Amino acid sequence: MALHEKLITYIYTTIFLFLTITGFAQMPIFKRYHIADIPGLGWLAEFYITHAMHYIFGAVLIGLVAYLLVEQIAAGKHEKRLTKSGYTKGVMLIGLIVTGGLMVFKNLSGTPYSPIIVSILDLTHLAFCMALLFYSTFTLITKKGWVRYPIKDIVTKRIF
Amino acid sequence: MKRIITRRSFIKGAVTAACSIASTSSFARAASALKSGEPIATLLDISKCVGCQECVYACKESNQAKYPKPEKPFPKMYPSTVKAEDWSDKTDVVDRLTPYNWLYIQSATVEIDGESRELTIPRRCMHCQNPPCVKLCPWGSAIQLDNGISRIDSDTCLGGAKCQTVCPWLIPQRQTGVGLYLDLLPAFAGNGVMYKCDRCYNKIAEGEMPACIEACPENVQTIGPRDEILKQAYELAVSMNGYIYGDKENGGTNTFYVSPVPFEKINEVIEKGKGKPHFEAVADTMKTGNNLALSMVVAPVAGVAAAFAKFYATNTNRDDKKNS
Repeated sequence: MALHEKLITYIYTTIFLFLTITGFAQMPIFKRYHIADIPGLGWLAEFYITHAMHYIFGAVLIGLVAYLLVEQIAAGKHEKRLTKSGYTKGVMLIGLIVTGGLMVFKNLSGTPYSPIIVSILDLTHLAFCMALLFYSTFTLITKKGWVRYPIKDIVTKRIF
Repeated sequence: MKRIITRRSFIKGAVTAACSIASTSSFARAASALKSGEPIATLLDISKCVGCQECVYACKESNQAKYPKPEKPFPKMYPSTVKAEDWSDKTDVVDRLTPYNWLYIQSATVEIDGESRELTIPRRCMHCQNPPCVKLCPWGSAIQLDNGISRIDSDTCLGGAKCQTVCPWLIPQRQTGVGLYLDLLPAFAGNGVMYKCDRCYNKIAEGEMPACIEACPENVQTIGPRDEILKQAYELAVSMNGYIYGDKENGGTNTFYVSPVPFEKINEVIEKGKGKPHFEAVADTMKTGNNLALSMVVAPVAGVAAAFAKFYATNTNRDDKKNS
């Protein structure tokens, strides 16, 4: 794996990890289950801290997705192509970003959504998150990558 | 010519006069504002309150049907450190906020013009303009209505008490053994339903006054359109050389207390604790998050710019290698 890709993987994994933890921390579970009592994890029960962290990592994720989209378009489909599992995870990520973005807008002053819309957004965001978590675990176990390199694959697999 | 007043003309005249008085009274104006759905607020003139508790009992009577009716025994919860909160045997408690008491009278002995005086202050939810209880509820069970009232939907609340934790005044109160959590995973998630003042939203929707305002014999509270009430609150504060609480707290609320003494002094002497809110200055709790929201607008632009920068750098390197 090239250094650039290693760096992207490292950044994505870090974002994914912190977004998941701070996302779950929006529910009052870490205090109930004493996870926040573990030394160094007290911040998990601080809603305003985890809320701010979720926003920060959310912004970094949006930036990373925008970067990778442009990079993909620039590279062209012959050089680099999203795999089926890559597409699936991409759709889940976009779903998370859209529902998350709508919730961020909801949290601004003077933007009351109807209760049913808020509940649908909350549950859809959680559903996308759970789906991405399970599917990412599956692709990690089965070693399915996000992208494939058509030309490089031909050169490395067919000739040698 | 002698004018004869018949019984019919007398009644007609009296009704017309009553209607014209009512239509110009502040009560009627407030009632029409309440029904229109525009943001409303309440002004509480602390100097008028005599602590009779009429508002407290009117609130209890009016909201009786909304109070929890828990099922007992409560389901066992895990881990065992999770405690049930049961107020169902203490429904007559009126000296603090509970799931069965959404308004109580706080008292403060202060010095005014060299004389000791006891101030009595009705305390309940402040109904913030950007309420963290509503915005941060993970299930959307806390709701803000178009008229600015925030309330908790007892049909969907799971009683996790996050709304209480994020509320600067820790207003919502929990009752175990009631609500949706009983039908989900009562042992592992949820712990009942949270309760707090809902400004008698159902009465307001009908153009009626909240029960506490209707019952007050001293007219401590004035309700109406937020802009108008805020203006009145400032005028009242100037006229009594007094102080306002609630106009700027937590970024602005829909409840304005006007007092003849500074709220710092009141806060020093009032009894504070569980179900007994403070009168401290409160910064806007949602401000950090909402400032960070801007970063989400900047993020995609930064991402695209970084990708173009990388694309340019790669191509420049390639050209340099070709040329050399």
